[in-house]
Formats: sequence, C-alpha cells, structure tokens
Amino acid sequence: MAFLDIVHVQKSFGTNVAVEDFTLAVEQGEFVSFLGPSGCGKTTTLRMVAGFEKPTSGRIVIDGVDVTDMPPNRRNIGMVFQSYALFPNMTVADNIGFGLRIARRPAHEIRARVEELLRIIHMQEFGRRYPYQLSGGQQQRVALARALAIQPKLLLLDEPLSALDAKIRASLRQEIRDIQRQLGITTIYVTHDQEEAMALSDRIVVMSRGKIEQIGTPFEVYNFPATRFVASFVGTLNQIEATVVDAAIGLLAVEGQQFRIARPLPQYRAGDTVNIALRPELIALDGQFNSAMNRLSGTVEDVTFLGSIVRVRLRLAANRLSMDIFNNPHLRPPQPGETITVHFAPEACLAPGDDTPRQANAQPLSASTAEAA
Amino acid sequence: MAPLTQTKTNQPTLTRRSFSWTWVGVAPFFLFVAAFLIWPTLSIIGQSFLDQERRLTLQNILELGRPFIVSSYVYSVQLSAVTAIGGGLLGGLLAYAITIGGLPRPLRDAVLSFSGVASNFAGVPLAFAFIATLGQLGVVTQWLRSIGISLYPAFSLYSFWGLCIVYIYFQIPLMVLIMAPAFEGMRREWREAAESLGANGWQYWRYVGLPILLPSILGTTVLLFGNAFGAHATAFQLTGGGSQGNVVTILIGAQISSDALANPGLGNALALGMIVIMGVSIGLYTWLQRLSARWLRS
Amino acid sequence: MLKRFWPWFWFLTGAAYFLVPLYATFDFSLRARRGELSFAAYTSVLNDVRFVESFMFSLQTALATIVISAIVIVPTAYWVQLRLPRLRPVIEFFTLLPFVVPAVVLVFSLARTYSRTPLTDSREGLWVLLVGSYVILSFPYMYRAVDTGLRSINIHDLTEAAQSLGAGWFTILTRVIFPNVYVALLSGAFITFAIVMGEFTIAALLAQPAFGPYMNRLASSKVYEPSALAIISFALTWAAIAAIQWFGQGAQARVAGPR
Repeated sequence: MAFLDIVHVQKSFGTNVAVEDFTLAVEQGEFVSFLGPSGCGKTTTLRMVAGFEKPTSGRIVIDGVDVTDMPPNRRNIGMVFQSYALFPNMTVADNIGFGLRIARRPAHEIRARVEELLRIIHMQEFGRRYPYQLSGGQQQRVALARALAIQPKLLLLDEPLSALDAKIRASLRQEIRDIQRQLGITTIYVTHDQEEAMALSDRIVVMSRGKIEQIGTPFEVYNFPATRFVASFVGTLNQIEATVVDAAIGLLAVEGQQFRIARPLPQYRAGDTVNIALRPELIALDGQFNSAMNRLSGTVEDVTFLGSIVRVRLRLAANRLSMDIFNNPHLRPPQPGETITVHFAPEACLAPGDDTPRQANAQPLSASTAEAA
Repeated sequence: MAPLTQTKTNQPTLTRRSFSWTWVGVAPFFLFVAAFLIWPTLSIIGQSFLDQERRLTLQNILELGRPFIVSSYVYSVQLSAVTAIGGGLLGGLLAYAITIGGLPRPLRDAVLSFSGVASNFAGVPLAFAFIATLGQLGVVTQWLRSIGISLYPAFSLYSFWGLCIVYIYFQIPLMVLIMAPAFEGMRREWREAAESLGANGWQYWRYVGLPILLPSILGTTVLLFGNAFGAHATAFQLTGGGSQGNVVTILIGAQISSDALANPGLGNALALGMIVIMGVSIGLYTWLQRLSARWLRS
Repeated sequence: MLKRFWPWFWFLTGAAYFLVPLYATFDFSLRARRGELSFAAYTSVLNDVRFVESFMFSLQTALATIVISAIVIVPTAYWVQLRLPRLRPVIEFFTLLPFVVPAVVLVFSLARTYSRTPLTDSREGLWVLLVGSYVILSFPYMYRAVDTGLRSINIHDLTEAAQSLGAGWFTILTRVIFPNVYVALLSGAFITFAIVMGEFTIAALLAQPAFGPYMNRLASSKVYEPSALAIISFALTWAAIAAIQWFGQGAQARVAGPR
C-alpha cells in the first residue's frame, strides 16, 4: 500500500472530460511531478488530491485513509499556489503560523516553529514584514514555509515557479528540492517545464489531454519514451521523414540513402512515408566505420559555438537534424556548407506506434499500476 | 516620462514659448476653482471668526452651542450614522450576494446597473416616489390598511425613521457600487490556502476575509455618512424646509433665503461645522482606501 | 441549493425594497382619474407650460455646464499628463473638494461671498453662479472620465507628431486631442446631465426657474402629477446612465447627484 493512492480517478465538467482514468501510487517521501502542456489535467488532478475538486469517480487514499469525500481542511495537506496566495493582512510570521493557530497550538510552540521555518527558508529577518513588501521569490518561500508549518502529510505545489523570473526560478528550484529532501515529505509538483520536472523529481507523470502518457523516472521518460508525445515533450527531438523500403526488416531511405531502425514496421508497406524521431545526443560525427551503425550524409546549415557544446544543424532533404558535439580544441568543427556524415544506432530511432521494444528496461504503464494495486 | 522639451531638439523657439504656455493650459481650471469654490469657501470660513464689526472672535463658533443648533447637529449625525450603518450593512450583504455569493452573472450586472441609476436618483423625485409608496395615501400604506395594519399616525414618512427609509434608497446602491469590486478582488486562492491549512469557512472569514475587507467596508461606511450628512434636497422635500427639528443642511439653506438667525456670523459657523465634518469623513475614507490598496498591491 | 439560500435572500429582499417604491409610484401616477388607470397625470404634466419652460431651462443650463466643464477640464487633464505630472495629486484633490463642500454649503458660500455684486443682484448673474456651481459639481466625474480617456491614447506621441507637422497648441487641442477623448467626455457629460436635470438645492436657493424647483412647487398643488414626474425623472436618469454604459469606456456612474 503506497502512501498516496490515486485510483482510477476521473473528473468531468459537464461533457468535458478533464481527467480520465488517472491511477498513481506515490511512496512516502517521493517527489513526483505532473508534467504536461496547459489543459492536460495536471492541475485538476492536484486539486482533487487537495480536495478543492471532487472526482467524478475513483478514490483518493492518503496514508491509508480514504479522503475522496473529505473536505480540504481535514486532509492535512500543504499547498503552494502559483500566485503565492499569502494573506495580505498578516505579517510573514503570522502567515507561517496561521495553520498552527487554527490547530490551536500553544503560542510558544507556534513561535518556535515559525522561527525554525524562517531559518529553513533563510528569511530570519523578515518575520515582521508584510507580503506587499516582499519580492515574488520571497513571497513564494514564505508560502512554502506556511505550507510546511503544519507538518502536512503531503506537499502539493501548483506551478510555484511560473510567475518568477528565470534567475530566481533556478535558485528557488534547488531550494525546494533541498528542503523536501531534508524533511522527507511526500511531494507532488505540477509544472509545464520539462527541465524543472526532470531536475526535481524522483518520478514524472507525463500527461496530455486528461490522460497519463507515461510514468517513470526522468531517465526512463527521457530515454524510453512510451509515446511520441512524451518523446517530443520531454527534451528535444529530431524528426526524419523517410520512405519505407522494406517494412519487414525496418529498412528506410531518405534522399537515396538507406538506414535501418531496430524493429519492423508491420503497419507500413514499401513506399509509405514514415516519421522517425532521434535524440540529438545519439547522433555522432562519423569517425570509425562500423557496419552496425546507420550513416547519413547531409549539408551543414548552421554551426553554433556555445562553449562546451557545439550545436550543428544538418540538412537532409527536407529534414533538419540537430546534433550536439562536445567542444574539442584539437578538432575543427564543421563549417556551414560542408557535407558531413553522421552515424547513429538503429536502436536510437523512435518509430511511430506507442510501444517500442526498446522499452525493455522501463515499466510500461499497465505494469506499474498493477504493482501498486 | 521625460518632459516634451527635452526631446524637441529641432524646435528651440517653441521650447521656450511652450513653458509659459504650460501654466496657461491649467490656468482656467485653477481660476474657476478659485472663483467658485476656494475663495467663497475660505471666505465663509474666515468670516465665521469675525463678528458684525469685523473683529476676530470665537463667538460665532460658541453660538453653535445653542440648543436648537446642537439638536440639529445631533439629528443630522444620528440620521447619517443610522443610514450609513444600515446602508453599509445591507449594501454590503447585497454586494456579497451578487459576487462571492455566486448568484448568476446577469443578476450581478443588473444590480450594478440599477445601483448606478439609483444612486443618482436622490432628491425631489425620490421623495415623491416614497410619498406615493409610504405617504398617508401611499400604495403600500393603503395595502397594509387593507390587511389590517395601520401605519399612521404611529409612523410618518416625515419623521426620523421615515427619512431613514428614504435615505437608504441611495445609500445602499453607493455601497454596492464600491464594495462589489472589492468583493470580487478577493482571490479564490486565499480561501483555498486557508482551507488547506485547516481553516473552515467561518475561520477563513474571521482571520482572513473580513480583515482584508475591513478597511474598504469601514471607509465606504464613512463615505456613506458624509453622503447622508450633506444631503439636502430629499430632506427638504419631505420636511418642507422648516428649520425646527431638522437637519443641518436645511438650517444652512434657510440662512440664504431668510437669514432666520439674524446673525450672519452664525450661518458661517454652521457652514464651517459642516465642512469640518465632511472633510474628516472624506479624509478617513481616502486613508482607509489607501490602506486597503496597499495591502492588496501584491 | 441551500448553500445559496442567503445570497438569494438578500438579493430578493433588496429587489423588493428597490422595486416596490418604483412600482408604487408608477401605480399612483396612473390613478389621476378616479376609478380608472390612465396616463392623465402624464399628459397634464407634459402639457404644463411650466414643465416645458423649466425643463428647457435646465436642459440649457446642463448644456452650458457640460461645454464649460469640458473646455476647462480637457486642457487641464492634457497638460497634467503631458507636462505637469507632479500637479496630478493637486488636481485630484481639487476635484474631490466638491464632495467635502456639499451643495448647500457651496451655494451658501457663493451667495454670501458675491452678495452686493452684479452676480447676486440680477437673474442673469444668479444664472452665472448656477452654472459655475454645476461646473464645480461636475469636475470629479469629468476629470476622471477625461483622464481615463487620455491615458488610453498616447498623448506624448500624438503631440510630437502634430508638432513635427507644424501644429500649434490650439490646433493640437482642438484637432488632435479633443476628437480622441470625446467618447470619454461623453460619459462625463451624461453624468453631468443627470446631475443638473435633477438638481434642486442650488437652483432653488438661487431662485432659478429650473426643473428641480418646478417639481418641488408642483407637490404643493397637485397630487398625482408629482408621481408622474418622479417616473419621468427616473426614466431620464436611467437613460443617461444607459447611454454611458452603452458608450463603454468603463467609466462608472458612482456617487450620487442631488440629495
């Protein structure tokens, strides 16, 4: 039995199904992100866990207790909002201590706890300030402290960094992770920023249009995407439009050059056009000739020197491939207009169709939920 | 915003000329306000400290202590306070009902539109409307009589409570117009944050909701007080303008037509008293609104 | 549904309190002829020569007020935004003063201060005082409306463009600024119109033959006509506010006119 169980939860607003058959088991102390574009249902699901929306069907169980029908103020959860939502009429200290005051804790205990939290968020001098006197980043730290003050069972964060500028976002992101690790609190984090999700999470739930596309660790989700959506949403992805030469052995051709992918394409016939996807870091400049690797030649369109990385953009018929190579002072990078050859493994290619055999190491969707039940 | 002169490098002559033109541009406003508002008002205030021989005196102010004047002020204050608190309460509840209370949107728009009209409908026509409703031959009076309840002579539209009922007709809409946006400015996340921290509805209102709204509510109630205190036409129409047992505004008005007090200095003092009270109430209102705006700035 | 009980309760209570007098007045106004419902009171009012006279008098006064107020306010608001932003709090303070000095005190001060001058000795002089008072009363609404309107157009760029094309200040004001703010001016104008048409205190105390005093005098001689007048007045106010909302601009017809 996991710490948080979301079981077959569905939420409809009239005829609009916002969340469909959502099932997830979260262990104690885990940091899970809900990742997806706007409108994918991630915030709605979070709000159902918090209790601000009621599932149309399904159950939510926190620490063994079925909370599906429980109002939010009895669930003992901590929530951090995108807009901070600090109470403007209270000081920072009063904001942080609010939950404890509601719980009727003695005054000295509240004072001690508030000081402890101010220390954790590095804002010891700010106790008497009012929210309107704080910057966005400071307000969000106070909001975090306020949520943690009541020692909630779950910490829920709804796009907490979206309203902040890039620099603050980066430092606050790390701070959130450090505090979470330090306190060991089970956390659900909603974001549309895949970099954020990957940097922070133990596991990511990728969602699209109300459905779960994949659940996995950042490594799994990036390297073994279950669907084309996951592949393109998480990290950058190259696309090659190729013609099928022999569907049975996965032989394809682009601009007269042939290459293989690691599996057959049963639903295609010779002559069909198929879209192959490829991660940029899996493409390398041709050095050694290795017959197992695919080789393609194209014209260099653009070379951007970024310091440790050199980003090369390659044109291949109508396709554009992006590849990153490490900077090497002894090796001159390719020049625009040059023709170069690149190689990549057949296994690195992603073909359309949701389940690729390359998922040998990852847990497919159905397996993880079966384990948790 | 850089002044225009700094950017006009190719028109130096216009630069110099336009500087003096600047003050010409706002001169009409200041002249107008000076002639029709500042000078007369200051003059009256100043003259309230002068006696018939134009010597400095506090006698006029002291004369405000005359019983019938004091009772007039008391009457005005009571009327204004009752209608401010009553109008504030009922207006606040109505504003709450159409915003946070969750009534359908068309209803909210209709109430706000109507409030815009009703707050401008005061004065003589409003008095007529209530005479037709609750006057001795009024429609509601007759209807109540037909079911056995006889309003008169116990109740009179021309008494204190009658005036209250009429005044509230323009007090409530003013409260609604000012408080509806304030209620709508209450963010949903505050409520949700409070609930996630364990608060129930009542606790939310007690610790978060009402404190946030309190400056607005208080400030607007004070504004309502000033609004009623300065009202003249409605009272005049209902009470006939007699200066006995009436509001201060009627008393002042009577000075112009008949100089009933035979002491011009006293009339000035009355006006001064009125300006002071209105000034304090507008000042309080402005201060409380600023406080509220500052909190809600983030 | 029970959760919505109290909001509905307050709304219905409010609706009853506000609509019953309107209904009662309308009903009362239809009973001029004994035993039947008719518009006799209305025809009597509309045919009354004094109604027409006082109505036209107030209408002219309102128009004069609007014109003068616009002529004073627009350049002021323009210059404050363009050149004198530091003056803004001062101007706003002065436009709030009419709330501190209620109508009765205003007319009292004017009558006393300008007594024994041509302003108070003649009918025309008193009319000047009347219009002057109304202009003062209109300032808060006019200034707010015009200021909002000016903020929504970039007057700095418009002015510089006009100047680079050779326009002088007068041309800029009349040909460039005025046409762009006249919609905002309209909302201020309609509120001013509503205020002037219904105003009683100043008009009565300055012994002017305006619509307000006419209504007041009628009450002492007629029974049903005042109710008809109340309905007409309400309809007029409603039309003015509706016109403002129709022209949009977000300007709100807050704070009352005559009380």
